[in-house]
Amino acid sequence: MNQDKRIRVLVAKPGLDGHDRGAKVIARALRDSGMEVIYTGIRQTPEQIVDAALQEDVDTILLSILSGAHGFLFPRIMELLKEKGLGDILVLGGGIIPEDDVPELKELGISEIFGPGMSSQTLINYIRENLSQG
Amino acid sequence: MEEDIEKIQEETKRWNKDCLGKHTFRKCETDWGLEIKPLYTVDDTKDINYLEDIGFPGEYPFTRAPHPSMYLGKLWTMRQYSGYGTADETNKRYKYLLQQGQTGLSVAFDLPTQIGYDSDHSLSQGEVGKVGVAVDSLADMETIFNGLPLDKLSTSMTINAPAAILLAMYLAVAEKQGIGTEKLNGTIQNDILKEYTVRGTYIFPVGPSLRLITDIFEYCSKHVPKWNTINIAGYHMREAGATAVQEIAFTFADAIEYVNAGIKAGLRVDDFAPRISWIFNTHNNFFEEIAKYRAARRLWAKIMKKRFGASDPRSWMFRFHTQTAGSALTAQQPLNNVVRVAFQTLAAVLGGAQSLASCSFDEALALPTEESVRLSLRTQQIIAHEIGVTDTVDPMGGSFYIESLTKKMEEKITDYIKRIDELGGAAAAIEKGYIQQEIQESAYRYQKEVESGKKVVVGMNSYQVEEPLPKGLLKVDTEVGAIQIKKLKELKTARDNQKVQSALLALRKTAEGYANLMPPIIEAVKAYATLGEICDVLREVFGEYEGTSVI
Repeated sequence: MNQDKRIRVLVAKPGLDGHDRGAKVIARALRDSGMEVIYTGIRQTPEQIVDAALQEDVDTILLSILSGAHGFLFPRIMELLKEKGLGDILVLGGGIIPEDDVPELKELGISEIFGPGMSSQTLINYIRENLSQG
Repeated sequence: MEEDIEKIQEETKRWNKDCLGKHTFRKCETDWGLEIKPLYTVDDTKDINYLEDIGFPGEYPFTRAPHPSMYLGKLWTMRQYSGYGTADETNKRYKYLLQQGQTGLSVAFDLPTQIGYDSDHSLSQGEVGKVGVAVDSLADMETIFNGLPLDKLSTSMTINAPAAILLAMYLAVAEKQGIGTEKLNGTIQNDILKEYTVRGTYIFPVGPSLRLITDIFEYCSKHVPKWNTINIAGYHMREAGATAVQEIAFTFADAIEYVNAGIKAGLRVDDFAPRISWIFNTHNNFFEEIAKYRAARRLWAKIMKKRFGASDPRSWMFRFHTQTAGSALTAQQPLNNVVRVAFQTLAAVLGGAQSLASCSFDEALALPTEESVRLSLRTQQIIAHEIGVTDTVDPMGGSFYIESLTKKMEEKITDYIKRIDELGGAAAAIEKGYIQQEIQESAYRYQKEVESGKKVVVGMNSYQVEEPLPKGLLKVDTEVGAIQIKKLKELKTARDNQKVQSALLALRKTAEGYANLMPPIIEAVKAYATLGEICDVLREVFGEYEGTSVI
């Protein structure tokens, strides 16, 4: 991708979960690293998130969820992204997501799932590396 | 004595220079910027007047304890926060916990219940029964408390926006058990302001939400006199990143808003203030947590007496529940959390908690299993019975460091409350985003300190090991949603739908007017109107709160 263009990131909170300390901290850290960050706020439907991704023309979407509803919400978001022709956006997940569920989520096209204790630098590096390959 | 102080000051100077000064040592400070001295002496407590500032347990200003005999008279209530899946599964977990020696119940509801959606609502998909038990109607509450005598238990319910409805259901269950509501002991959280800032399960805008809260105050003061009608919460602010000082300050600011709302609604402060209770977060910094609770007791007593002119000593009394810090648990080497929880539980007890929930070691990964929740209950029992910390009241009182820290925290908290008063009170400060911004700043600073290694988190940023994936975690049955939807369908055919409709109409009329909302909510609940149906009526009349987020 064009090196001059700043990476645009959508940080999204799908479902009814109100825990957004992690999402906000990550959003700040990505912004401080030079990326353009849009935060959806809490309690977003899959449709709202995909619309925001389309309107904001983002390169990557970070989905944060701690309520355990990822099994329903993540597949729905991936399906809508494909429907809207946004299947090439880098999608990452974070929050409380049991290891057992990770393979299935990756099969849907979610590139990586990050758990508690991840450093923001790990995420920044991951996004930069994966977008430059794309 | 003055001569003594002068001599001690001189000696401290000498010791600092000639003794300590010859060694290299770490400089420490609190998360809220107070430099912690290497040594505290009587010089640090010389401005504290024992009788005025510390006093005796059970007497103003309650610094040492709210009750005179404290744990010598009655231990704290051991009350693990629990609930998941269906009402049946939750009923089983409660019976198990009580059998293991738990002394009170604390109900965790799932997110659809907390936001007033039935399990068959489109926004409930994937969320039913996940973070707590699913409640769609009185029928679910009957099952949750099946075989549990409500006159012999105290029950805390973490419910906010629809608190009036869940309370109404609890009252209806009691009636079915043949128990008068005047005998019921328990608590509803009923604290909407922190939902707007950090927790997110809001439904209605500020005005109608405060009306619901004051209607509950009024109704319970007459009909459910032993019920704690509000459990003002600092817990979630701390989880969101607030410092210990911010936790108390912002919670007290919210409390001041509620007390003002009650007075504005025409209630006498002493009619509802004695039923105010609290939930806070007991975090890692051991002495700071103990000082925090001592400072909070003293400051709340002063606020109630001086600011609000409350004259009933029970209005001055700060009684709190606490849970250990979920955000302090690590997903890495989860067994290390057993140790963290034990220290936090000990700090809560030394801080004088009335009710306590200890987290389980696996909670950074999943809801706790029977085995892990039993271990955290045992942690409380060991502290209660084996290590001697309950043998005298406020054993930390008089420590130079603790008393000095208590005073400094009280001052810092007071400064924050002044700032919020200047902004027009908590609701205005929330609307301006002030409280959210302050908490976010603290959260970001903490994260940077963890990532830079300035803050050591054992097993997470230091002392790491390669470890296998955790095994034996609790998994909520994915069928819960389908089970609830089936039960809802059956309910809607079995109940008297005409009765439901007229109850909902009566509720709407009351909502459009000014009368107390509790009676029509109780009628609707007894007719088996669902939580979602009742909330929808209120949504139509009151509108919905629009959340905003700034980063």
